[in-house]
Amino acid sequence: MTDSHGDVPHGPQSFITRYVWSQDHKVIAVQYAGTAILVGLVGLLLSNLMRLQIGFPGRFAFIDAEHYYQFVTMHGMIMVIYLLTALFLGGFGNYLIPLMIGARDMVFPYMNMLSFWVYLVSVLVLLASFFVPGGPTGAGWTLYPPQAIMAGTPGADWGIILMLVSLLIFIAATTMGGLNYVTTVLQARCEGMTLLRMPLSVWGIFVATILALLAFPALFVSGVMMLLDKTLGTSFFMPAVISMGQLSAHQGGSPLLFQHLFWFFGHPEVYIVALPAFGIVSDLISVHSRKAIFGYRMMVWAIVIIGALSFVVWAHHMFVSGMNPWFGFFFATSTLIIAVPTAIKVYNWVLTLWRGDIHLTVPMLFTLAFILTFLSGGLTGLFLGNVSVDIPLSGTYFVVAHFHMVMGVAPLLVVFGAITHWYPKITGRMLNEPISRLHFWVTFIGTYLIYFPMHYLGVLGMPRRYYNYDNYQFIPASAHQLNVFITVVALVVGVVQLLFVFNLVWSAFRGRRAEPNPWRAASLEWSTPQTPPAHGNWGAHLPVVHRWAYAYSVPGAAQDFIAQDAPARSGGVETSHDAEPPARGVAT
Amino acid sequence: MTAAALGPRPWMGPRERAADTGLWCFMGVAGTLFSLFLVADVMRLASPDATAIGLPRQLWLSTAWLLCGSVLMGLAAGAARAGQGARSLRLMWASGATTLAFLATQGWAWQQLIEARVVLAGNPAASFFYVLTALHGLHVAGGLLAWAVALRALGRAVDHPRPTAWRLALCARYWHFLFVVWAALLASMTWLTPDIARAICGQR
Repeated sequence: MTDSHGDVPHGPQSFITRYVWSQDHKVIAVQYAGTAILVGLVGLLLSNLMRLQIGFPGRFAFIDAEHYYQFVTMHGMIMVIYLLTALFLGGFGNYLIPLMIGARDMVFPYMNMLSFWVYLVSVLVLLASFFVPGGPTGAGWTLYPPQAIMAGTPGADWGIILMLVSLLIFIAATTMGGLNYVTTVLQARCEGMTLLRMPLSVWGIFVATILALLAFPALFVSGVMMLLDKTLGTSFFMPAVISMGQLSAHQGGSPLLFQHLFWFFGHPEVYIVALPAFGIVSDLISVHSRKAIFGYRMMVWAIVIIGALSFVVWAHHMFVSGMNPWFGFFFATSTLIIAVPTAIKVYNWVLTLWRGDIHLTVPMLFTLAFILTFLSGGLTGLFLGNVSVDIPLSGTYFVVAHFHMVMGVAPLLVVFGAITHWYPKITGRMLNEPISRLHFWVTFIGTYLIYFPMHYLGVLGMPRRYYNYDNYQFIPASAHQLNVFITVVALVVGVVQLLFVFNLVWSAFRGRRAEPNPWRAASLEWSTPQTPPAHGNWGAHLPVVHRWAYAYSVPGAAQDFIAQDAPARSGGVETSHDAEPPARGVAT
Repeated sequence: MTAAALGPRPWMGPRERAADTGLWCFMGVAGTLFSLFLVADVMRLASPDATAIGLPRQLWLSTAWLLCGSVLMGLAAGAARAGQGARSLRLMWASGATTLAFLATQGWAWQQLIEARVVLAGNPAASFFYVLTALHGLHVAGGLLAWAVALRALGRAVDHPRPTAWRLALCARYWHFLFVVWAALLASMTWLTPDIARAICGQR
């Protein structure tokens, strides 16, 4: 076939152009993922420091109230933005999109490289806030004005400025990357790779990227305006406030305006993280149960509909801010409606497992753990989507438990599963399995031991955001004991994550050599001539795709899977308008 | 001229098609950004402390400059497509010059406002004026970088300009976009008074 990108590109020769200023999407993916994981470890450390204070209040002198709020803020922002968003879009997006759609690289490789380096700058600016006078901001990850930029809030001098600047830089990086991902999906698919033959991982990343491109501008707008309020004395968000006996120079600003802008970004952000996870889980579940994904088209439409609906639910984060009851009704209803396509996905995952040849590999364990965790977190989301239930629970640990289950732990389980699944493709070696299994079980059980009790604490009325829970009569002694328990488990789970990082590094050099397609997967990325793929991915000729990515256990086929680029005569080709092949997957 | 700037054409190769799609996506992002600023503008102007500001007359001149730049850029793309390299080059230079004149006139408008003691801090209508014009100016300045790249490519191929026509067409499309955004911003700054904002927000 015609190679739409001309001749096979010659790979960069020097170390610098190959591994540092690289324009190869695979190297950029590893750079993105490596940076995100490193900054994620900082976020993890901060969470453990928070837990030390909650579990053993006053025992650690260096964790005073100011530091505690700084840890909370930086933990939240790092995990949501600099770890999960960067990892799913910059890491998995970069690695998987070109390989899964049969492209040689992203369509704008130079801009892709720039995207990573700008992201790195944003991370460095963020981390620099630990070293400026007053330290990082302690305003909470939502950075609500007026307190975020007022004296009395930790980091109100420099920390908040660096945080906002870092976010603006991050948005620039995400936009550069996002334009690449969307354009690559639309313009660089190989012959035969129709949109409805793309693996669901690509669909998830594609739609999440569109969400990012449309939602991050809201954060940009609010970031610019708050920066001006802080530095140049405008009053976009800042009302007139008497602080420490002094009347501020601001007047008339609207803190609610910030909340609207923030959550217009903030809620789609949940799905920027979740949609790639949904897609990846769909692929992992199909490969490791040797069965076609159930309801492929339904899954695609569910991703698209969830993405669209995510823009009309933002104010459910603001029920306690007060709003017209009709708005409350609208946002509660839209929030409940979004549960419908989400539930369809969960049903389809379960139906894919039904009568499948389930292999309890490490990626599959993480996938199953994701489904359970996402289900738990999603169901409590239904509680919180109701105004009348949300208002009493909003300020409690019930919310902490909910969002950590649904958008903290659940996507991270997918990250672990996905890294384990694609590690042999990336490095040519397998991750050490005993270590991986140990990591899985401690993480999975540990997170339940951490977050399930938090629901109870929340219903009990234990408020979140408090530095110290001593001497509150409504908090019984049993709650304190539970906090100690949660802290101890959190420390164990935290340490086990180091084991995962060790496994990543150790296995890259000492791991068992991987076969080109160790999971016997049908999607295109496993068909590259070399493992790991060389620069340009496909050798002299681009692949030609003849079927979807889910041709597993096709009756009459020579193996229990048929690669997407296997000749049409191998079978498993869609025969009708329907994207799915006629035969239902049968366990082998 | 305009049609040449709007969509992919059969003569486009993969690289051109990618740039074409990428630009549409970027315009979507930039459009979202300005739309959100305008929504924020409405919400903020609804506050009691907002008062309308008198816009400097220079803005009408700058609008004319940007319109000229947009039209000239489109003509330059058409000329390159027709193989008229020298004409295309002249039109490109003229387009760049009018765009620079736009930026200079915007600066002049700022100066007039500052002399009238309409400053960034204080009245939110003024704050939004400065922020929106600055942000739009940055997008124009970014466009000039792309213009410089296209001009360089055209300058090297004056005798056979057709292969560079796609670059000019993309620049032209971006310039049309910049003009439409500016027109929307100017319209909002002219007609979207605090009274109207309060009416939109149901506060009167």
